[in-house]
Amino acid sequence: MSQPILKAEGLKRHYELKGGMFSSDATVRALDGASFELTPGRTLAVVGESGCGKSTLARVVTMIEPPTEGTLTIEGRKIEPDSVAKDPDLRAKVQIVFQDPYGSLNPRQTIGKTLMEPLKINRPDVSAKEREQRARDMLQMVGLRPEHFERYPHMFSGGQRQRVAVARALMLDPKILVLDEPVSALDLSIQSQILNLLVELQDRLDLAYLFVSHDLSVVRHFCDDLLVMYLGKPVEQGPKDEVFDAPRHPYTKALLSATPQADPRRKRQRIKLQGELPSPMNVPPGCPFNPRCWKATEECRTVVPQLEGGDHRFACFHPLEPGEVPEPKTAEAV
Amino acid sequence: MALLEIRNLSVDFKTAGGKFRAVDNVDVAVDKGDLMAIVGESGSGKSVSMLAVMGLLPWTATVTADVMRFDGQDLLKMPARKRRQIIGRDISMIFQEPMSSLNPCFTVGFQIKEALKSHLGLDRKQRHARAIELLEQVGIPAPEKRLSAFPHQLSGGMSQRMMIAMALACKPKLLIADEPTTALDVTIQAQILELLTDLQKNTGMALILITHDMGVVAETVDRVAVQYAGRRVEEQNVVDLFDDPHHPYTAALLAALPERAHNRLLPTIKGVVPGQFDKIDGCVFAPRCQFADARCRAVPPKPAGKELGDALCHYPLIKGQPQNKEMSA
Repeated sequence: MSQPILKAEGLKRHYELKGGMFSSDATVRALDGASFELTPGRTLAVVGESGCGKSTLARVVTMIEPPTEGTLTIEGRKIEPDSVAKDPDLRAKVQIVFQDPYGSLNPRQTIGKTLMEPLKINRPDVSAKEREQRARDMLQMVGLRPEHFERYPHMFSGGQRQRVAVARALMLDPKILVLDEPVSALDLSIQSQILNLLVELQDRLDLAYLFVSHDLSVVRHFCDDLLVMYLGKPVEQGPKDEVFDAPRHPYTKALLSATPQADPRRKRQRIKLQGELPSPMNVPPGCPFNPRCWKATEECRTVVPQLEGGDHRFACFHPLEPGEVPEPKTAEAV
Repeated sequence: MALLEIRNLSVDFKTAGGKFRAVDNVDVAVDKGDLMAIVGESGSGKSVSMLAVMGLLPWTATVTADVMRFDGQDLLKMPARKRRQIIGRDISMIFQEPMSSLNPCFTVGFQIKEALKSHLGLDRKQRHARAIELLEQVGIPAPEKRLSAFPHQLSGGMSQRMMIAMALACKPKLLIADEPTTALDVTIQAQILELLTDLQKNTGMALILITHDMGVVAETVDRVAVQYAGRRVEEQNVVDLFDDPHHPYTAALLAALPERAHNRLLPTIKGVVPGQFDKIDGCVFAPRCQFADARCRAVPPKPAGKELGDALCHYPLIKGQPQNKEMSA
């Protein structure tokens, strides 16, 4: 297997909120310590519910925002807050595709212009003629037709727009592609087309993907490794099959059991979690999951568990044993 | 007798580009205590057909139907005033975006009691008691306190519970849930779906779930109607539908589910859903169908019969194999 191209260690991103007249200042720990590696040709999926910091993670990796703490190393080079300003080529290495293909394309630019824009800004030495040629080649690579070059975004369907967004992200030959919920705005029949496109591109260009999603069935199909987040903290990470088949953290187990499976015969025991997600502004002390966890003890309420283990790591004092069924009484109570 | 019976429902919208048929000859039959789903992608007319039942479509829409009957009463011939008494009381609906379906200017208590007042004529005390009872029923802790909360003080899951409480206020016979969990997280989605099915069981009301999520369908309902481009292409009970879909669209849709995939590449449905200006003579799915032939492109198909899930197809599938094909070829 090839060497990792990106290493993240203890990435944190906190936001300071100014208090109003009646409230004190607060810190939102949107991302609180994530470590992982991205390898060419492989996909790391980040899953979790809203407010778990998965999109913040995507933004930090794309260098849209600097991490508050922790280090990001790309191709052996440590990223400083001013690295991007000093070396614009760095930004070209990591590109992002956003969730909403309706909002992420400029409605006043033709597709061709949209595709040529990154080259114009970052590769001023490329001639206009070559720029156009590269954009046209890219259009073909993502499965669009040559006549689409002159058209505007409103003339496209959601799936086609997402193809354009992928094409634009690839114009600068990035090594890493961050996919922030790339298919969740698309219909099922279109979703599979885009997922296939992403698989083909990965094989062809040896890209490393960071795939942010909340849809576990897509993730299971698409990724190699999995990082499960809850309220800014990674709670479990490891190879996909190990995490899916034998989740150790109770939250992962609950998340998996809550995900609807398209199989009407399978009557599974669904773990009903108590209560709702706490606000990221007000993360409970100790393990962030303890108020909703059926295994929580005094220790969980006071001490923050750390990620431990080898390939398959989890942050829990009372990990689930393989095959363990949650006690129905406590798990069923709402 | 069916609780809700609709035959040949069509909805046309007046648009700048001419008439657009959003729902085309759809039949719906729901019995008392039924638990069914309408699935389809965007533009399949699944929401519009139910909004037509509710009478909630804008003036640009023209609704036509041969029969539209609810609980023995003809909804088509009924005066508007009478219809309004049924809508919201015997048939109620909850929507996808709980946050935007609640009025931000009023407390949720006020909004729940409003239905009780206009439909049931309860006095103030009774309304208050009933509202608390409803919030308890949908699993909201400290209901008395929550009644005076404003929508912005509630989370998404909480707002959806409020919407459900409001819909249940008058003990409806039929509840239509239009993508009730699409805007919610999976762990909250599980809670809400469980709540809806429990209520359906305990109160004996019929529930129509409109969704695009095959996973939700498989785990929640008994019967499924599949819509595509404004037409109902198939209707079966849920186990049979997932085992042996009879319409090529359903089959292709199920095959495209990532969890059913065997390879790294998923089977896809080529092309896109037809739009307003795509003129299609034959079967609406023919341009994307892998089994389509000249007959499919020229002649609109008829429902294939009960045992084949009324599949709207010339060559309905049995175990993935198109039928009758040799004879006509």
